[in-house]
Amino acid sequence: MSEVRNPVEPFLRMDRMPHIWCPGCGIGTTVNCFTRALIESKVDLDHVTIVSGIGCTGRVAGYVKLDSFHTTHGRAIPFATGLKLANPKLNVIVYSGDGDLSAIGGNHLIHAARRNIDLKIVCVNNLIYAMTGGQTAPTTPNDAVTSTAPYGSYEPAFNLPHLVEAAGAVYVARWTTYHVRQLARSMQEAFAKKGFSFIEVLSPCPTLYQRRNKLGDGLETMKYYKEKSKVRNGAPTSEVGLTMQGEIIVGKFVDRDRPDYRELMRHRLAETLGDRYVECEELVCS
Amino acid sequence: MQLTEIRIAGFGGQGVILSAIVIGKAACIFHGGYATMTQSFGPEARGGACSAQVILSDEPILYPYVTRPDILVVMSQEAYTRFSPELKDNGLLIIEQDLVRVSELPEGTRLFSVPATRIAEELGKRMVLNSVMVGFFGAVAGLLDPDSLRKAIADSVPAGFRELNLRAFDRGFDYGTAAVPLVAENSEHEHEHAAKYFDGV
Amino acid sequence: MHADPRGVLTGVHFLDGDHACCEGALTAGARFASGYPITPSTEVVERFAARVPTLGGIFIQMEDELAASIALQGAVWGGAKAFTVTSGPGFSLMMEHIGYAAMTETPCVFVNVQRGGPSTGLPTLPAQADMMQARWGSHGDYGIIALCPNSPQECFDLTIQAFNFAEQFRVPVMLMMDEVVGHMTEKVVIPPAEQIEIFPRRHTSKPPADYLPYETNGDMVPEMAHAGEGYKFHITGLTHDERGYPVMTVPAQDKLVRRLQQKIERAADEIALYEEEKVDDAEVVVVSYGITSRVAQRAIELARAQGRRVGKFRLITAWPFPEHRIRQLAQRTKAFVVPELNLGQMVREVERLAGGLSRVLPVSHAGGGVHRPEDILQAILEAAS
Repeated sequence: MSEVRNPVEPFLRMDRMPHIWCPGCGIGTTVNCFTRALIESKVDLDHVTIVSGIGCTGRVAGYVKLDSFHTTHGRAIPFATGLKLANPKLNVIVYSGDGDLSAIGGNHLIHAARRNIDLKIVCVNNLIYAMTGGQTAPTTPNDAVTSTAPYGSYEPAFNLPHLVEAAGAVYVARWTTYHVRQLARSMQEAFAKKGFSFIEVLSPCPTLYQRRNKLGDGLETMKYYKEKSKVRNGAPTSEVGLTMQGEIIVGKFVDRDRPDYRELMRHRLAETLGDRYVECEELVCS
Repeated sequence: MQLTEIRIAGFGGQGVILSAIVIGKAACIFHGGYATMTQSFGPEARGGACSAQVILSDEPILYPYVTRPDILVVMSQEAYTRFSPELKDNGLLIIEQDLVRVSELPEGTRLFSVPATRIAEELGKRMVLNSVMVGFFGAVAGLLDPDSLRKAIADSVPAGFRELNLRAFDRGFDYGTAAVPLVAENSEHEHEHAAKYFDGV
Repeated sequence: MHADPRGVLTGVHFLDGDHACCEGALTAGARFASGYPITPSTEVVERFAARVPTLGGIFIQMEDELAASIALQGAVWGGAKAFTVTSGPGFSLMMEHIGYAAMTETPCVFVNVQRGGPSTGLPTLPAQADMMQARWGSHGDYGIIALCPNSPQECFDLTIQAFNFAEQFRVPVMLMMDEVVGHMTEKVVIPPAEQIEIFPRRHTSKPPADYLPYETNGDMVPEMAHAGEGYKFHITGLTHDERGYPVMTVPAQDKLVRRLQQKIERAADEIALYEEEKVDDAEVVVVSYGITSRVAQRAIELARAQGRRVGKFRLITAWPFPEHRIRQLAQRTKAFVVPELNLGQMVREVERLAGGLSRVLPVSHAGGGVHRPEDILQAILEAAS
């Protein structure tokens, strides 16, 4: 009998399995979608690079068999900015969590969107700091109990699609880990899109968020995603804010074109420097 | 060229720093010597008092600061008041004559004055007064050959202003060649006379 | 290998230290810089921003120093030679990424034009009070290299040296300038490119199947690959093994962290550059660095004029500290005098190495200016008495 293999295995560092994620966690599901998107889009894997920050999602870089960088907390985007500028041939994916990208890394998130750096951001949003034990995140909805908001969170939460659209992202989508096919398709679209793309993926953290808020296990969360998600492609991002166990607007919200950073740089420098401008391709030193 | 300490001072916008750069550049690049230039930075360097120090030598310069300048070039009254007490005995004082009134001077000081702003205005651009000053300095100090200074000016100003600055330099240099110093003496009478003389011009 | 002539402004120039540093970086082959404006260092990247588009490179002004200090590391892994430039408060923000560069062995250069601190301190005035921060500022144990130029010429020369050391040892190298050296203008001679040695990137020659990112041989320095070359390697700031995979064990930590420190320590005699003069029969040796070495020089001359046998020892490399040489000198000199623009930092190293064999007299200065040569002279005379 021939050995049965998972089709995503060639994309994973199998020598690092088992992974650290909890049963019911959604991060693995997103990685599955990611590998599916890689397969479908037929991109040259030698030129796909993944950059993560710190946190549960930050560990993704360590498990996928690509050039991969596990950077410092919050700094995946500026690291990826340098990487992409040094080698424009790379398809650079930033794969990290909501706390990493929107709290400690929030400043970098908006500035990379403003500059329209050609990066694909996958933001796995589990509404909480999971790796450190379930503390409040900028995405934690009102009323939710966390280890640092034991009486319920009273901070307003970020509406991430609205934030990144305002800052200049050219592609903005949101899905949940229930929407695996839609998520994989969105990832594929983002790979092909020039400019700053942002995909938010709602994902359960049964160990810390669901348990502490008495919301059941991973399966219960899937049921919630299924029942309360509403696909509204093109929805105004100002209307897609999340509430505790409320309706989840999913879909592709933004898909627009504007010149990316490199194009803007090239245009300006060629115009002002003329023949003196030496266009950079790859900045490979010897 | 033995070690010579120079301070140039005036107010912001007179090209004090550029004058110092031109002199340093002339010494280093075109004269084959050494120069160290330092300047004051920060809010105080804008608009108000502005000063730069240049040390010239045929040998590499170790200690980079001017303590007792051999040559003081001043283009404002405030700069004169502040820095003239530092001037070395028998030092060389160069002033913008319409902007500085000389009062007390250490014994033996050789004083040269030039209406640099007026000359610059005659040339059509007040901003070239620093090149007039550099030309005048070149003639009366005699440390660097004028060609080095001219090359340094050509190398330091925007191409469109090169000719004008070189003309300004030449005017200043010619004025300096013809100038006669006033040597301060340690006599109350002479001192008053000197002060009166410069006040009156 | 030699410098790429396209970046080299061969000739005699009259430049300040900041501008000379920029030319050093371009000569060394840096084609990427990420920065954030801060006095008194910004002139370095201002010149770079003007120059590098004509040389096929990129400058990007980031949103803060955290971003600047990691963007350059992304560029290095993309294949570039890269650096950033900052001062006091910005250097504090960069500490995290000095640690990341040390841990991931990312060859790169951090320029710090030191100003008075702590906090915002004296933005436009000099200090040398970040010397210990340069060595120990990021958490954990690691080795780094720090160089201290004392003239614009050395800002040029040592920037090239900094890049060369960074590549040779795969380590972050800090160029510890100070405001005076950064803003002082002097003659800078840039030699022809073919006379300038450049240490090439230690790129692996192994095929992807045989390559382990942190495998080392005799000299403890691993070979590098760049993203996009098919190696599919993993880099992490976590404690890792030769494969680059995270390993959370005591033996893995011990092996990695000791190597990160030892790869520098064992080469200290090669890296620790210094300049000395008349130390062999000196009763007092003045140890100094950066701008203070030039102020000390005046004091040394004044003391010699009074018949004192005074030696000069100038640190060109601050870290690793030239331990062997100071130990040797401590055997025969009566005292060390250590002036610095801080309240006593490198003097601790001298004290440690003198080991009670010779007296050690600090000449402290809180920063904002330089010492009066007379104050250093007084310490020399006291030490000699």
